[in-house]
Amino acid sequence: MTTRRLVLTRSAAVIGAASAGLLLPQIVRAQSDKLRVGLMLPYTGTFAQLGKAIENGFMMALNEQGGKLGGREIEFFKVDDEANPAKAIENANRLVQRDKVDVLVGTVHSGVQMGIHKVARESGVLNIIPNAGVHMATRAQCAPNVYRASFSNSQPTLALGKPMMDRGHKKAVWITWNYAAGDEAFEGFEKSYTAAGGTIIKKLGLPFPNVEFQALLTEIAALNPDAVACFWAGGGAAKFLRDYAASGLNKNIQLYGSGFLTEGVLQAAGPAAEGVLTTLHYSDSLDTPRNKKFRRDYVNAFKSQPDVYAVQGYDSGLLLLKGANAAQGDLSNKKALYGAMDSAVIDSPRGQWSMSPSHNPIQDMYLRQVENNENKVIGIAGKAVADSGAGCRMA
Amino acid sequence: MDLANFLIQLLNSLQYGLLLFMLAAGLTLIFGIMGVVNLAHGSFYMIGAYLAWFFTAQLGSLVLAIVVGTVLAVALGWLLEWLLFRHFYKRDHLDQVLLTFGLVYIFEETRSILWGDDVHAVQVPELVNWSIPLTENLSYPVYRLVVAGVCIALAVGLYLLISKTRLGMKIRAGAFNREMTEALGINIRLIYGVVFALGVGLAAIAGMIAAPLASVYPGMGSSVLIMCFVVVVIGGIGSVRGALVAALLVGLVDTFGKVLVPQIAGMAVYMLMALVLLYKPEGLFKQ
Repeated sequence: MTTRRLVLTRSAAVIGAASAGLLLPQIVRAQSDKLRVGLMLPYTGTFAQLGKAIENGFMMALNEQGGKLGGREIEFFKVDDEANPAKAIENANRLVQRDKVDVLVGTVHSGVQMGIHKVARESGVLNIIPNAGVHMATRAQCAPNVYRASFSNSQPTLALGKPMMDRGHKKAVWITWNYAAGDEAFEGFEKSYTAAGGTIIKKLGLPFPNVEFQALLTEIAALNPDAVACFWAGGGAAKFLRDYAASGLNKNIQLYGSGFLTEGVLQAAGPAAEGVLTTLHYSDSLDTPRNKKFRRDYVNAFKSQPDVYAVQGYDSGLLLLKGANAAQGDLSNKKALYGAMDSAVIDSPRGQWSMSPSHNPIQDMYLRQVENNENKVIGIAGKAVADSGAGCRMA
Repeated sequence: MDLANFLIQLLNSLQYGLLLFMLAAGLTLIFGIMGVVNLAHGSFYMIGAYLAWFFTAQLGSLVLAIVVGTVLAVALGWLLEWLLFRHFYKRDHLDQVLLTFGLVYIFEETRSILWGDDVHAVQVPELVNWSIPLTENLSYPVYRLVVAGVCIALAVGLYLLISKTRLGMKIRAGAFNREMTEALGINIRLIYGVVFALGVGLAAIAGMIAAPLASVYPGMGSSVLIMCFVVVVIGGIGSVRGALVAALLVGLVDTFGKVLVPQIAGMAVYMLMALVLLYKPEGLFKQ
């Protein structure tokens, strides 16, 4: 052959081989038949315990049903988001673009969630939220591919107002951090407390994550309300409980809170937390056969006690199973997938809950009182409490 | 705000300020005498708190835990100075920042491996675990008064050490002119080691006595570090007296800021710092 022909034919061969190489991943994927599940959770840092609990719950749900989704084997991809909002988009893209996951389960921190949300809305990947309660995800920025299996920030406090009024606490002071989660928790409290006839005499706030409470505790004493309602979580919650008791306020002024005030911190708070009333969609002490079974199985599998985060992770798994099974493992069958998840009724350890039109759980809120380092359920604070979903164009 | 309320808030400011002083004193000493920027100072506070928690659980007494913890913290400070910091005195501040920033990460991870990521509580010793009723609703925890007392005692001790002892004299000389002091036959390396260990010890003790108040949790070092630097900058780098005045000022601004102007309470302290630097760029007291 002439030189030119040689060059042309050889180039064609090389290009042909290269293109086949490009096709290879798709061919491999179709043949491998494994469904890719991405987990974006805080595996290190302050929220590491929550990340672990969520993952444990999620895995337990999948393993209970044979470890397969819609008959397909699962391949897991994990990214540690370190509860760092600055890296959220980059981390989410790692799962969506690089690992090409079919579903992204995450995360805990609401700031990080906004990053995941952006990537989820742009890529259309299925996203199941196992904790972050930020309102936007199921309100103004709701999306058909984003589902929440946990709560929205105002849901627990939506159930707080009535129990307070029932106990004759007509004037209250609200206190929390001045940040998104605090503001959203206040929204629920304000709505329910004023609707039940209560008066919020003052709204106190601390810059996040400041935990020097003394000044504001003194202020609360001066205001002398019937009760104090609050939202704190983690280390801040433990400190507040202890400072509140040490200042003697707990003798005359009943303390109420969104349930996270007493989640995971009762050990650290000790006797200071006795008698505190909270509302949440779960309690470790919930006395139902479903919860008892869940807790037994969890302890057997992981040798530690489950908490609300483990339950949320577990329910995320149940929700995904419903969708994937209905779509028979083909997550591109959006009609079947979304259809099943939209109409899902989850038989959860927290009780049965269903999905709202804006993709947030409609669930019962329990009234709990701290007794002997335990959140004892003393009643149902609100039945079928739903997030308003205001601004969601899907609803 | 009535008088009783005002006085109680004043007490709150004082107690908070004194604890800040203890942390800032160590930082300003290290910064002022050796010229080392130590971003890991907050980590020593955290190490102190975790040591207090760990040894209180082992030994059953917070006081014993503080004694053991202090010895360990001072030893750690000595070791770090000998191993790492002494090679950085003549280096650029940026190098020091990089070193100490790396140390912060190392300490956090070590803490995570050794003691996990949970929030822990340290019990207030029974003897002081009661509150003085101040008003009908409000009581003041005696332990906070004890903490304030300890800080005052340490402040006085520090003052006496630096102004009235030979060691203090050598430290001040070494800060003023290292070469001349060495030429006069004083072992400046030893002095620097002592100062560093002292700084670390102060931070650790602050963490230990604050542990029953603040709870013990990951990241507790970072939150105090910023406030610490603000105090040092306002007070003047290297001036312990400045650190005391600045810490009390910050305590006042922070406490009353939260109550009177909560919307800007987060910024109030930094606004104070900006104001001070406008009129006195080297801080309130020069070294």
